[in-house]
Amino acid sequence: MTTLQPPAAATRPPNRPSEKRDRRSWTGWGFIGPFAVVFAFVFLAPIAYSIYLSLFRDQLIGGNHFVGLDNYKQAFQDDQFWSSLERVSLFLVIQVPIMLGIALFVALALDSGRLFGRDFFRISIFLPYAVPAVVATLMWGFMYGTQFGLVGDINSAFDVTLPDPLSARLVLASIGNIVTWEFVGYNMLIFYSALRVIPTSLYEAAEIDGAGQFRVITAIKLPAIRGALVIATIFSIIGSFQLFNEPSILRPLARNAITTDYTPNFYTYSLSFNGQQHNYSAAVAIIMGLITMIIAYVVQLRGMRKGA
Amino acid sequence: MSTPVTTASPSAPAPSGGGHKGAPRLRTPRKKHSPGRPKRSILLTVLTGLILVYTVVPLLWLVINATKTQAGLADSNGLWFAKHFALWSNIHDTFTYHDGIFVRWLLNTLLYVVLGAGGATFLSILGGYALAKFNFPGKRGIFAVVIGAVAVPGTALAVPTFLMFSKMGLTDTPWAVIIPSLVSPFGLYLMWVFATEAIPVELLEAARIDGAGEIRTFFQVSLPLLAPGVVTVLLFTTVATWNNYFLPLIMIKNPDWYPLTLGLDAWNSQAQTIGGDVIFNLVITGSLLTIVPLIAAFLLLQKYWQSGLAAGSVKE
Repeated sequence: MTTLQPPAAATRPPNRPSEKRDRRSWTGWGFIGPFAVVFAFVFLAPIAYSIYLSLFRDQLIGGNHFVGLDNYKQAFQDDQFWSSLERVSLFLVIQVPIMLGIALFVALALDSGRLFGRDFFRISIFLPYAVPAVVATLMWGFMYGTQFGLVGDINSAFDVTLPDPLSARLVLASIGNIVTWEFVGYNMLIFYSALRVIPTSLYEAAEIDGAGQFRVITAIKLPAIRGALVIATIFSIIGSFQLFNEPSILRPLARNAITTDYTPNFYTYSLSFNGQQHNYSAAVAIIMGLITMIIAYVVQLRGMRKGA
Repeated sequence: MSTPVTTASPSAPAPSGGGHKGAPRLRTPRKKHSPGRPKRSILLTVLTGLILVYTVVPLLWLVINATKTQAGLADSNGLWFAKHFALWSNIHDTFTYHDGIFVRWLLNTLLYVVLGAGGATFLSILGGYALAKFNFPGKRGIFAVVIGAVAVPGTALAVPTFLMFSKMGLTDTPWAVIIPSLVSPFGLYLMWVFATEAIPVELLEAARIDGAGEIRTFFQVSLPLLAPGVVTVLLFTTVATWNNYFLPLIMIKNPDWYPLTLGLDAWNSQAQTIGGDVIFNLVITGSLLTIVPLIAAFLLLQKYWQSGLAAGSVKE
């Protein structure tokens, strides 16, 4: 197929950057260079190495040799891997909407100017973000406990027997609660910061048009912070797929409920550090990385496409 | 169809045929957000208060239970003080237990934060400044790669990073924690957005015309303008480094190089081992001591990081 060349392209001078641009390009690299070097060392090199590892297998007989996609085939038939993936998927479908819903509610409440003591609310609800996952999990773990936790206190005070939060049936929800507690304030702050920069003129126009509170939220505020909502959703999804800290730290309290293949990450960790199966572990990690990236990408496309 | 409320034409016809109502409206400071003064709502405050209770009660629990002995933990109510107030002896025991290993962990954590988070912030400032204010070949590529890398689960990198580092003999040294902490894609993004807004191009042009070199321009003209963004990035990288658990868990086997998070986890797991010393009172007190500095930093630096988070995009 021949198409007419646009005349501009034909008569364009050869693309020779001006001297000024040249100098600039060099200085730009000077500033971003240090970041780029370290980034290549701690991000790109491990990714490349991971791909390399996943294509090999270390065997007692014959040592390290190339096996192509065998490790990946093994992962696709691995029930332990799939059930851990199912578990984090269930986790994210329930936990992420609850967490972001609460965060959005608080952000809108703060932004509405209808709260008594707004600044106190904002900073107090944000505070758990400063608490390390280890401390948050230890704390909640103690509180979940019947021995000297709040659950035990409630049981003895009201003479009831609450279901055990650390039982196999409930422990995933208990982990969800810890993660929600840790990050609800952080997401609230992201939404709140986005709400603060909506031009006041929009609200004035809405007032003139006689729009009510609810209409202002749906027609102005939510569309304006769409970007923040999408970003927060993507980060929360990535976080859910990477779930490791909370189950790992809670494990001593719930040994039967939390197995070493409880989440995909826990599984890759166990494979590598308890089972010395570095090659297979790399393949599982890469599959997880790909799944995460695809889902993040789909969320971004869908989130950015609607309306706006 | 009602008129869409999202249209904000400055010349919106005033309802009463252009006549202005009384005195000209003075610009209210940006504290109040919606036009007029919204009525405070008790219901909304109560609902938000419930969420506040949820976020604050565990912290209260931690403070209250840091005042109890190991025995007191078991025989008193979780949300009230035991008869014996043991906070000071708990703090003393936390710092002296096992030849003062907790102090060592605290110093390790500070080392990781100063070098790791400090370095990450510095690299983010330089990189964000370059992305915001310079044109250079491969700029789009760099940005795409960094954003793509954010979507790669950090834990997927952990195993290969560990293997790489162990080949280089870096594992079980502070470098194994510090070097990976130096890269903060989120910090880079934040500085990029912030620098775009905060540094007028004319100012850079003026500095260049005056004959200032790029480095001098950066330190004397640009850096002061970036200060709120710097505080924000520094605070967030500090939290990330201070709270890191997975990276040191993989890299560090020697308790002498543990950060606080690993140390507390080790103390907690100790109770499970046969003949292990049960020191939940020290785990709880140590946890409290671990979060106090960060919470203090957030409270003290509120003004700075909040303006930084809004990323200089105040439009009105």
